[in-house]
Amino acid sequence: MSLDSNTVKQTAALTPDDFRKLDASEKNAEVIQRESVSAWKDAWQRLVENKVAMGALIVLGLIVIAAIVGPMISKYNYYTNDLLATNQAPSLKDHWFGTDDLGRDMFVRTWMGARISLIVGLVAALIDLLIGVIYGGIMGYFGGRVDEIMNKFSEIIYAIPYLLVTILLLVVFEPSLGTIILALTITGWINMSWIVRGEIMQLKNREFVLASRSMGAGSGRLLFRHLLPNAVGPIIVTLTLSVPNAIFSEAFLSFLGLGVQAPVASLGSMVNDALTGWMYYPWRMLFPAILISVTMLAFNIFGDGLRDALDPKLKK
Amino acid sequence: MSQPLIEVDGLKKFFNVGKGSTLKAVNDISFSIQKGETLGLVGESGCGKSTAGRTILRLYEPTAGSVRFEGTDIYKLSPRKMKAMRRDMQMIFQDPYASLNPRFTVMDIIGEALDIHGLAGSRQERKKRVEELLDMVGLKSEHASRYPHEFSGGQRQRIGIARALAVNPKFIICDEPISALDVSIQAQVVNLLTELQNKLGLTYLFVAHDLSMVKHISDRVAVMYLGKVVELAPSEELYSNPQHPYTKTLLSAIPIPDPEVEVNKKRILLQDDATGPISGKNDAGSGGAFDLENSELVEVSKGHFVAMPRK
Repeated sequence: MSLDSNTVKQTAALTPDDFRKLDASEKNAEVIQRESVSAWKDAWQRLVENKVAMGALIVLGLIVIAAIVGPMISKYNYYTNDLLATNQAPSLKDHWFGTDDLGRDMFVRTWMGARISLIVGLVAALIDLLIGVIYGGIMGYFGGRVDEIMNKFSEIIYAIPYLLVTILLLVVFEPSLGTIILALTITGWINMSWIVRGEIMQLKNREFVLASRSMGAGSGRLLFRHLLPNAVGPIIVTLTLSVPNAIFSEAFLSFLGLGVQAPVASLGSMVNDALTGWMYYPWRMLFPAILISVTMLAFNIFGDGLRDALDPKLKK
Repeated sequence: MSQPLIEVDGLKKFFNVGKGSTLKAVNDISFSIQKGETLGLVGESGCGKSTAGRTILRLYEPTAGSVRFEGTDIYKLSPRKMKAMRRDMQMIFQDPYASLNPRFTVMDIIGEALDIHGLAGSRQERKKRVEELLDMVGLKSEHASRYPHEFSGGQRQRIGIARALAVNPKFIICDEPISALDVSIQAQVVNLLTELQNKLGLTYLFVAHDLSMVKHISDRVAVMYLGKVVELAPSEELYSNPQHPYTKTLLSAIPIPDPEVEVNKKRILLQDDATGPISGKNDAGSGGAFDLENSELVEVSKGHFVAMPRK
């Protein structure tokens, strides 16, 4: 009660002097001071703060640069045999990574192999992306019967053992870069299409999509302007994580002798070549094996970091 | 009386929920709205009021019934004509956090409708129109380059309103536009809506579950329960003289900001064992204690309709 009477007394005592005019700044209450931040900038800032992921990105950058520049700066090439200098140990003087059993320079061959691995990994992942996004987008957007049939089809393909398909393909066609990529993408896109399908199904009932429909937007606009851009985070993460998969598959197939054919080098085939004398000439196995491991590790760590950056809700 | 702007006749929207069961979200509702009028549509959560709104806009295809806008049945329009019709009918959504595409700037969110209908010839024209719309809802033109997450709930809802206004609609369905906002902002948004109605001659269907707010803004109010309209009356009449037992129950639930009245107030509790609007293939149908399946709207006094059991 005392509070009440107090308020009343104060109200009674108010005079015009108790008021002051608002200055112009008060009119700008709606103005946002913070700099405008798009979703991409925001994600990039989070990625930069993640030291491990940035480390992985730098390592990846160095590997790419080395794969491009490496073979150029050496005075050797990857195919010339030098039977007077077989199985040389690494030295700073001439063969930096040593030579193999035919006297070919390991430094050049390792980076040529890295080139092949990266090309296979990136091209296979991009083809997966293209097919997966379109197929998954259609499944998720139209739903119902369309989704049922298309999903069954992808499940059937998924059920065929991938190794069997790959080996068959490589036996029927000439083993080459193109065949390997074809073999990897025949089943590789399915994962991506399922990710995209799930995202689209979740997004298509959100109110902003309804809002756009109520405006009269057609399927194309809804899918490509509203749905896919909002699913881009998971798509990029799946893409980043499918690159090391493809690299590993390529190395594995080459190791079995189903990959690119000599004299072209691949990291997998180099490891296979090195098997014969690995107790005596360990560097022949060491360099390609380390490079495969480091590349895959870096891609995986970077992919994880990217996921945390693009979808911070998952982490916290 | 002149021809109503919009006439809803026998509208039904059932969803198939599997195993032969149907969800009768909207089950035979009819009403009409005059030009410049606001019709409130109230009811508890899940009674089908949002579905009704979306079906009237043909965001869902109806199971049966018709909606005539200025005399044309919109369900019979070809996709092309429907697209043109969408310029006249717009919607303001419930959740301002979900209804704005997070990847778009405000400029693109509002400008999208202009793009779809080709209403802006050049970029400058589009920019000018968006700024005009932002000004109309009390936002600043600098906001156009911002992303939705940089705004508060009330500001976002105003962006949603600006988007709906972009195509110069005649009729706007407000789908619980204020239920996600806190009370001080609710008043702001409702006042903005009334102001725009007066200025632009808009007609509203105002869907809500906040009874006092609906009374404030609506000329007439329809009460929905389990997909049916149980009572429809001018708002003063409905609040002072409710006829249907469900309406009485609903009105008794409005809190009164006076502790003494509130303590002595008698809450009418709903004695209804209805399982909800889902019914199996062979069920006689739902409708709860009021047997709505077998009732029809009867005019008890001028403009006051109540669902009564069919004789």
